[in-house]
Amino acid sequence: MRFPFFSGLVGRIRGDDVLERELVAVLGRGRVESGAGALKLYSRDGSVTRGGQAGIVCFPETTAEVSACVATAARHGRPFVPRGAGTGLSGGAVPCEDPVMVVTTRMDDIHEVDVERRLAWVGPGVVNLDLSRHLEGTGLHFAPDPSSQQACTIGGNVANNSGGPHCLLYGVTSAHVLAVEVVLPDGAVVVIGAEEGRATGYDLRGAFVGGEGTLGIATKICVRLTENPPEVATLLLDFESVQGAADTVSAVIADGIVPAALEIMDQRVIEAVEPFVEAGYPMDAAAVLIVELDGLSAGVAAAIVRIEAIGSANGARTVRVAETEDARARIWKGRKSAFGAIAVIKPDYYLNDTVIPRTRLAEVLTRVYEVVEERGLIVMNVFHAGDGNLHPLIVFDAREPGVMEQVLEAGEEIVRISVEAGGVLSGEHGIGLEKKQFMSLQFSSADLEAQDRLRRAFDPDGLANPAKVLPSGASCGHVTGLDRAPEGTWV
Amino acid sequence: MGVSDLTAFRNEVGESDPVCVRGGGTHWEVGGDDAGVRSVAAPVGIEAFEPAEMTVTVGAGTTVATLSAALAEHGQEVAIDGPYGSTVGGALMIGRSPLRRGRLGEVADVLLQADCVGADGAVFTAGGPTVKNVTGYDLCRLLVGSLGTLALVGRVILRTRPLPEAFAWMSGAVSTEEVVDALYRPATVLWDGVETTVRVEGDAQDVDEEVGRLQTLGMAPTVEPALPTEWDRWTGVLPPGGVLEVGAGVVHQPDQPESGTVSVGVRALGERVRDSFDPARRLNPGRDPHRVSA
Repeated sequence: MRFPFFSGLVGRIRGDDVLERELVAVLGRGRVESGAGALKLYSRDGSVTRGGQAGIVCFPETTAEVSACVATAARHGRPFVPRGAGTGLSGGAVPCEDPVMVVTTRMDDIHEVDVERRLAWVGPGVVNLDLSRHLEGTGLHFAPDPSSQQACTIGGNVANNSGGPHCLLYGVTSAHVLAVEVVLPDGAVVVIGAEEGRATGYDLRGAFVGGEGTLGIATKICVRLTENPPEVATLLLDFESVQGAADTVSAVIADGIVPAALEIMDQRVIEAVEPFVEAGYPMDAAAVLIVELDGLSAGVAAAIVRIEAIGSANGARTVRVAETEDARARIWKGRKSAFGAIAVIKPDYYLNDTVIPRTRLAEVLTRVYEVVEERGLIVMNVFHAGDGNLHPLIVFDAREPGVMEQVLEAGEEIVRISVEAGGVLSGEHGIGLEKKQFMSLQFSSADLEAQDRLRRAFDPDGLANPAKVLPSGASCGHVTGLDRAPEGTWV
Repeated sequence: MGVSDLTAFRNEVGESDPVCVRGGGTHWEVGGDDAGVRSVAAPVGIEAFEPAEMTVTVGAGTTVATLSAALAEHGQEVAIDGPYGSTVGGALMIGRSPLRRGRLGEVADVLLQADCVGADGAVFTAGGPTVKNVTGYDLCRLLVGSLGTLALVGRVILRTRPLPEAFAWMSGAVSTEEVVDALYRPATVLWDGVETTVRVEGDAQDVDEEVGRLQTLGMAPTVEPALPTEWDRWTGVLPPGGVLEVGAGVVHQPDQPESGTVSVGVRALGERVRDSFDPARRLNPGRDPHRVSA
């Protein structure tokens, strides 16, 4: 008599035992976790995606160990999932297909800082803000500044091609990654890119950045360091309508000014943040616009005058230039802690991330408010307006019956509106699991086939972070609300 | 140009025999030669320019000069350089960053969307029209510098930048370190073994002040230097007649460089990428990005 299910299960458990023994042989007992607690912890990330299941969790500390973990998984026909701090918002680190989790947080050495050549080699587990702190006194900084920068790792920034407020002028992560040492899905180690100039051959570095962990694992990263600007001015403009703020942003770009940052926060965000941070946002404003200008002093002074004029022409009630470093820091603190403050409004949230043409900000925002509010929900907008990068944040109470469906419906509608306006699905959070079903809204099957050609070249056996990014038959995880905004989450 | 031009381009490319794409022919020798292979030309023309959006949609066969002139009318430019006659598509496929990369950025960051004809004859789109985009894989950066070996690019959307209000070229027998320390984000720093030549740009008053600082160091106004046409990777020694682009890892020199060097693993991965996009190797078959030094 045969019990196919039972015997299959036994086989699986034995297979896992062997896999675990081999991984322990590589890493030692303390750096391989298979207990229920660890598996649960590493089955989620910062996204609203649930239903992932980690197979076994590894904590390598060297490139050779990462390579051995990946090769061991491959020998067992098991996929792997790279993971940094797990702050991602699209489910990119949620485990699918019972994978080996390769957690790179212990690879947190800053290997080398070359001030003269303005570059640094860092481990993937280095926290974004830790690198900037390490560089204090050198006159240089690492430009990508996602609002999660206190927690997120540079390896994760590479995987997601992360952005941040100051990417408007300085560009997203890809513009700041010169070279990457990568463990490919077969365990081979390559260095792609070059410390200076472009590398011989294809720009594999450019293709790898933003690969969401489906092309391999970054084990060392050579980042470009950016000169600190000699002059920085932070302006706060306030408006009686969100449209006025949006029109100001469009007009600033149209006037040929590229500020370092252009950020909008709407009234609900102001109301949530101002009592805690005392940033000086007027509580009765419908929206505030933060403008940061940097560079040499005359250029900054001239741009302030132009922005004051553009703001006034578009309905700004006041234009305030932060006079002190403290005032400047408060304006930014309010912006960067916006997400944490939402808990005072509703217990749950769903954050979206799309990009639209910058000339259409006002009309698309109007539509966003409509589609959310007509479902009886509340939306807050705090976003990278200069890039046209929307971050509608729907807040709700998941205990109310039927509310989750309404939230997801509104989210899907926001994606549709953005694409119809000539925009794209994601500006910085990536596709992961959350948005892969929407890929066909933006791309034809031929477009997706071209993307899959790149993926197959890196990962012919489909072992690297499976079921992510491209829509495929495999399903894994589901989107749901979070209990509350975790510490250090961002928009 | 428009959709019909792209369709005509696709029909011209076809789906089976070897084909190469010809731009202005200004860098025809880079990365190999497609002598004797049937050639096609990409569509020509500026399809849409939205100054307020800071993006431009243009046929890949349009010359860099035509595009630059159209953008300059609205006070804008793109981070693409090319000698007279070179095309936008050609410059992107060669993948050389502009001389003013210190301000304009790298050519890899200029391409937002590319409408291409693949080796199988199907039209596909890489990237998207917005200035920020992480939707799916970054095929645009992969295409830049690929010498047309992965797909033939017919139409592109590029990021534009505001033209600087003022600029100045200065040169003198001063060390590059001293020059760099005196400036904030110079557009270009060149060193010929004796003299440093630099371009500063931005607000007119800021440029005046920077020029003043450089004069104090002993530098004098000059004009944009004519650089030797060949590119090689900087290895720490300046070749005869060579000019180093400081911080860019590039030497401009009169002699043709040796073929590029690349590790076995990187080459193998590069070949897998090429095979994946073009299994029959019909697109620009005589060219190979692994031969390009810089």
